[in-house]
Amino acid sequence: MPIKKQRLGVIAGCGRLGSYLASKLSALGYSIMVVDIDEKAFRNLSVEFSGFHIIGDVTEFKVLERTKLGEADFFIATTGEDNVNIMSAQVAKRMFTVRQVIARVSDPKRDEAYSELGLLTVCPTAISADVFLEKLALEKNRSPLKGWL
Amino acid sequence: MRVLIVGGGKLVYFLSRALISKKHKVTVIDRNWEGGNRLAKQLKINIVFGDGSDPEVLEDAGAFYSDVLLALTSFDQDNFTICQMADAYFQVPRILALVNDPDNEKVFKNLGIADAISTTHILTGLIERKAIFEDIVHLTPVGDGKFNLTEVVLKKNSKVVNITLEDMKLPADCLVAGLIRRDKPIIPRGKTRLRPGDRIILVSLPTNHDEALKMLTVEY
Repeated sequence: MPIKKQRLGVIAGCGRLGSYLASKLSALGYSIMVVDIDEKAFRNLSVEFSGFHIIGDVTEFKVLERTKLGEADFFIATTGEDNVNIMSAQVAKRMFTVRQVIARVSDPKRDEAYSELGLLTVCPTAISADVFLEKLALEKNRSPLKGWL
Repeated sequence: MRVLIVGGGKLVYFLSRALISKKHKVTVIDRNWEGGNRLAKQLKINIVFGDGSDPEVLEDAGAFYSDVLLALTSFDQDNFTICQMADAYFQVPRILALVNDPDNEKVFKNLGIADAISTTHILTGLIERKAIFEDIVHLTPVGDGKFNLTEVVLKKNSKVVNITLEDMKLPADCLVAGLIRRDKPIIPRGKTRLRPGDRIILVSLPTNHDEALKMLTVEY
């Protein structure tokens, strides 16, 4: 049986979102490298996580080099700072030629501006707002819960 | 010229002051409320309070009408997004960014921001040059600065020690005109060998002056 080559991914930021993604992808069999500037952040990783971690700032070129980004199949930027994600994602795409690059951009205005420029982004604010609106609409029709909440 | 500066602190203060004295119109975007207030009291400039990488703030500050944008915050990622926004959405004709990580000079250039300046890079360059040139005792421009006359002391581990002048291959239009060895002046010839401790009198043109000096001072 041929051995399937493990897909390699780099995740910037090991906060709630980054660590959750890293743990999930690692459990699914991906080889994951997580980068965070704060050593304590790696405590967020679950026991399922079997990848590697690097302490450093992803806006530093040398740090990205250390993550073996050149061999990575995908790069996900999840740090709490939009500008860090926007910059590191573009560096990953253009200078390390990573095929799949996604950046978390929390500010909906900035998210829109960068999607127009061709960056693949995820805006948690817009997504959760949409979900809230959906649930709100659903709630109106759900009579049994009335009076309970 | 209309200059839009993003950043704060001493650098922005002194830069704005210099620019207004040259009759430029200056607008500063500062995200520090107190710093911005202080700046507004000291200088006659427009101050916009906010995050310069936010397109709405840039628009408020008049990015559409600016001739030059300077991104001078202390964070490379912020300067990067500021420049990209200014270029992609406001078409500011000239954009200049400060970077902290010297590697980011190359990164910015690769991602379309041509004028990125690394202070770290400039400072290390200055320090290195200073270290190389500390053996230079004297530098006198003569003939209205068309010639340089320099006195250099050869160090023990200089690369040109024990080499004859003709083998040394100084750049064109340079001449070792005199030597002082153990207090004795010598007019050297091609066969003269350089010794450690020699004080060399070098005549050069300003164009190849640096190159010639480097040759004499580079160490093993």
